[in-house]
Amino acid sequence: MSKLTELEIGAHAIIKDINADDELKHRLLSMGIQKNVEIEVKGYSLGKKVFKIDANHTALAMRKEEADKIEVDRK
Amino acid sequence: MKKMTIALVGQPNVGKSMLINAISDAKLKVGNFSGVTVEKKEVMFDFKDYHIKIIDLPGIYSLKEYTIEEKVTKRFLLEKEYDLIINVVDSTALEKNFLLTSELMELEKKMIVALNMMDEAHKEGIIIDNDLLSELFNVPCLKITAAKKRGLGKLLNKAIEIAKKPFCKPKLIFSDTLEEEIENISNFLKEKGYKSSLSYRELAVKLLEEDKTFYNMIRTEPIWIELLPIIRESLKHLYIHYETKNIEEIFAQERAAFVKGVITETITYQKSLRENLTDKIDSILIHPIFGIPIFLLFMWGLFQATFEFGNYPMDLIDQFFSSVIDHTKEILGNGFLGSVVADGAIAGVGAVVMFLPNIIILFLGIALLETTGYMARVAFLLDGFFHKFGLHGKSFIPLVTGFGCSVPAYMAARTLKNEKDRLITLFIIGFMSCGARLPIYVLFTGAFFSEEVAANALFVIYITGAVFGLVAAKVLKIFVFKGKDEPFVMEMPKYRMPSFKLIWHTVSTQALMYLKKAGTFILAASVLVWIASNFPKNPKLETEYAKKMEKVQNDDKKTEIENELQAKLLEESYLGKIGKATEPFFSPLGFDWKLSVALEAGLAAKEVVVSTLGVLYSLGESDETSQGLKEQIKKNIPLPAAISFIVFVMLYLPCFAASAVFAKEAGGVKYLVYLFVMTTASAWIMSFLAYNLANMLI
Repeated sequence: MSKLTELEIGAHAIIKDINADDELKHRLLSMGIQKNVEIEVKGYSLGKKVFKIDANHTALAMRKEEADKIEVDRK
Repeated sequence: MKKMTIALVGQPNVGKSMLINAISDAKLKVGNFSGVTVEKKEVMFDFKDYHIKIIDLPGIYSLKEYTIEEKVTKRFLLEKEYDLIINVVDSTALEKNFLLTSELMELEKKMIVALNMMDEAHKEGIIIDNDLLSELFNVPCLKITAAKKRGLGKLLNKAIEIAKKPFCKPKLIFSDTLEEEIENISNFLKEKGYKSSLSYRELAVKLLEEDKTFYNMIRTEPIWIELLPIIRESLKHLYIHYETKNIEEIFAQERAAFVKGVITETITYQKSLRENLTDKIDSILIHPIFGIPIFLLFMWGLFQATFEFGNYPMDLIDQFFSSVIDHTKEILGNGFLGSVVADGAIAGVGAVVMFLPNIIILFLGIALLETTGYMARVAFLLDGFFHKFGLHGKSFIPLVTGFGCSVPAYMAARTLKNEKDRLITLFIIGFMSCGARLPIYVLFTGAFFSEEVAANALFVIYITGAVFGLVAAKVLKIFVFKGKDEPFVMEMPKYRMPSFKLIWHTVSTQALMYLKKAGTFILAASVLVWIASNFPKNPKLETEYAKKMEKVQNDDKKTEIENELQAKLLEESYLGKIGKATEPFFSPLGFDWKLSVALEAGLAAKEVVVSTLGVLYSLGESDETSQGLKEQIKKNIPLPAAISFIVFVMLYLPCFAASAVFAKEAGGVKYLVYLFVMTTASAWIMSFLAYNLANMLI
């Protein structure tokens, strides 16, 4: 298992765990980010501050602080 | 005519507003950025023998009541009267969209699913069997393309059909594990003969899902004692099975599994017919290194365009108003009536209308940013930077809207869920120079700089204001609004070609609003300023000068005396008195009483600053055109004072209308008092510094 933020651009992975508080968890869940969902890292902004991630045919942007809480298995 | 009410529900960026626009040509603003539709919007129209009302509810991702939008939508759906729900979904991202659909299916309301953006789905090779989908959900699912007005008639026909028919329960089936627990609880309720308008299954789901409203109700009833251990047992099973104690997560997994099952059966993903264009564009526009420079280039281009292209029509408008003023005076004469109409009303309004081209170009740019989907990229690019200043990437949207007008900007700040983030953003929006301040800048930069330099000066003014805003945000974050940040998780919509109609709607609405302001508020203010500057009459001074005038023969000398008289009269007027009274406050900044008065008038509306200057400076001259106003300003105001004036305008309190909206959005008049103190203090201090610095350097 590794953190989502450790993936390089273009990497595919399966979400294994989300260590977030209820509010963030809700936000992620309602956007379809949950266990066993496949994601792809599409890019990040200057200094890896914000990540662009594809999941369920949707592109999402999330801050490093949030992405750090998502644990994944590389595919 | 029969009446029918439809509630339009969907996630952000699924084209709900577009749908409403397509059906009835309603005037609605549509953007690509998550959460533009915060207000509840209603549209009414006639279709067949029905009078249909559609209510566009805020875009939401779920019904869990975490955000303002979720609360608004859920309350509406549970408490208000309506005939059916139309759930609009983006056909290119059904996995995500159906999560909300599955929640809506539990509401026990009549419902239709509108599979929107079928044209894009088709291009991406997504084939949907909507008949099978309707069967599996037991909810009619129809294909539409709102942007091209396809399938709308069918949708409305279906809506009428469903509204007539009795309610037909949607099929939402969970996994065996969860269904078993649901059955346990509902069997118990059945055995006890518990009475409710909802089905036993529904009640069981509500209990397991920890529905607070329902718990509040049932826990006061005798059945509660026996029910409690059963629920506890069921939850224990679920916790073990799902390896989590977060019930929301458990249900989210269940929903996702249900949706996935349905999608596997009804949707085929062929190889995409086109390459993913959005990804391609994004590889350039959100490039870690080039992304920000490209963005700055766009912004710079926008301001260049605002200034360069705006100039040509501006000159025409200017000439037009000058000739109108001359003709008016020919007709009405130079007396009271002629002067109040020409010098007061027409000159004041003309000075404002002249800037319409600039306003249109600026709003056009902002509308383009919104509708193409680039706005979300900007938030992505800038969050790293903004976060450092205690702001949120999403703050960018209200802030950039603030360059257009503070009023919608304050309202746009609602997309920020965290109250502290929202308040910080609200407090600094005023530092983003709004469109109404543009005329002041254009006037002053035009007066002191050549055309090429003026555009750059304008850019510098805007950037300086923005940078000051950022610093203020940091200060507020450190000293006033301490606390946890809002998580930044945001959808990045696909790039879409802007619809001409939507852009036109947005820009023309803004332009009309601006003109309306010019025609009413500013007209009234101009006349008021004119009267204040002409009264009280001063016959003593006039006779004194008339005598002086008789003594001289030289025409030049005569004009000089005449001007001197006008200036003296102005100083003695009500306006002059107000200006004089407040001059001590402004004199350390290099402002004379005329500039002081203009600033005070600007509290009503920033456009009034220019019209006031127009009235104040044109009265002292026999020749009055706005081109003349530029000359007058150059002649009468030293450059350091002009710079100081620009700085003050840049930072002080937004107009009256914006202040009212601010107080409403921030949650109280006391915040407006804080804002007034903060902006006035900042403006005064910065102007003071700018004035003295300029005096040293120039």
